[in-house]
Amino acid sequence: MTDFDEYGAYESLSLDTDDHRWAFGTGFADPLAGIDVTVPAGVDAAALARQCLALGDDALIYSHRLQQWVTRAPELEEETALANIALDLLGQARMLLTRAGQAEGNGRDEDRLAFFRDEREFRNVRLVERADADFAELTARLLIFSAWRLAVFQALTTNEDPVLAAIAAKAVKELTYHRDYAAGWVIRLGDGTDLSHAKMQAAVETLWPLVGELNLGKEADAALDAVFAAATLTRPSAVPAATVAGKAGRDGTHTEAMGYILAELQSVARAHPDATW
Amino acid sequence: MTDRRDWPLFEVFLRGKRGLNHVHVGSLHAADPEMALRHARDLYCRRNEAVSIWVVPATAITASSPDEKDPFFAPSGDKIYRHPTFYPIPDDVPHM
Repeated sequence: MTDFDEYGAYESLSLDTDDHRWAFGTGFADPLAGIDVTVPAGVDAAALARQCLALGDDALIYSHRLQQWVTRAPELEEETALANIALDLLGQARMLLTRAGQAEGNGRDEDRLAFFRDEREFRNVRLVERADADFAELTARLLIFSAWRLAVFQALTTNEDPVLAAIAAKAVKELTYHRDYAAGWVIRLGDGTDLSHAKMQAAVETLWPLVGELNLGKEADAALDAVFAAATLTRPSAVPAATVAGKAGRDGTHTEAMGYILAELQSVARAHPDATW
Repeated sequence: MTDRRDWPLFEVFLRGKRGLNHVHVGSLHAADPEMALRHARDLYCRRNEAVSIWVVPATAITASSPDEKDPFFAPSGDKIYRHPTFYPIPDDVPHM
């Protein structure tokens, strides 16, 4: 902590102290504490950078979409839940983009990567770009995204890069909650009234073409099937969303929503480069 | 559309890392106890506050009435000898 923390108030939050001025437990933990950030010998740094960038971009763009529900969610409690999830993903994005920059070795930090890349340099899947039409789409997309991402990150906990493995270990706990939260709503609405069932089935049908790009593994597939069964939903068999000359989100080819997201996300940082606060 | 007021009220109790018992921290609306537990996690545990949560339907709580304040609480107001203040507490007795 730097000079603004003259009395050590912030520092004390990160330590498990016996300071009884805090009513509840403090003990915040840095998930990367004690981990050497140099890329280990034998790890393909360029491939690591690409992987972290793609996963970081997924989290960054989806976090932004979730943040747009703040002040618009149907219930105050749900709004806080969605903001929490968006913050979890923003935290993942920060660590992953930082790691991507380190592996790339060109001196780009998380802000440089988040705010000063153009649309075609973003590597997120197109599923995260969509604007949610309603609460059914919101929860269906969150279920699909977090079931997929959870399976991906579970595999990454044993990655040969210790930093990526540590980021994944932290993210797995967060994503488990995101998936359970979303599953709760998909089941509640899918197995609810005729109207809520119809809306949830329509949401899944709408999103399904974008699922092709994710390459769902066996675990994510099984998790989704279990939720769909409990929610009395039919798993769609939609054809994958069209690619452009064989290219999709991971290649930097995005839907038209992406430009609007980046305009909102990046405009302040670009108008005031290197501003601090 | 279901009115929010149809969602019953739940009271939330947290036990902190250093806490020995659950403490009431507030209330929230939820459709059922399972949702109440999730809402409690999202509303009251954002800052590393808890290691355990209880949610209780507000209707399950029987509360004393302000009208009964005197018969309930006034009689203990002058029983100073009920406080353990007239003998020393040994240093190795915690949580007193």
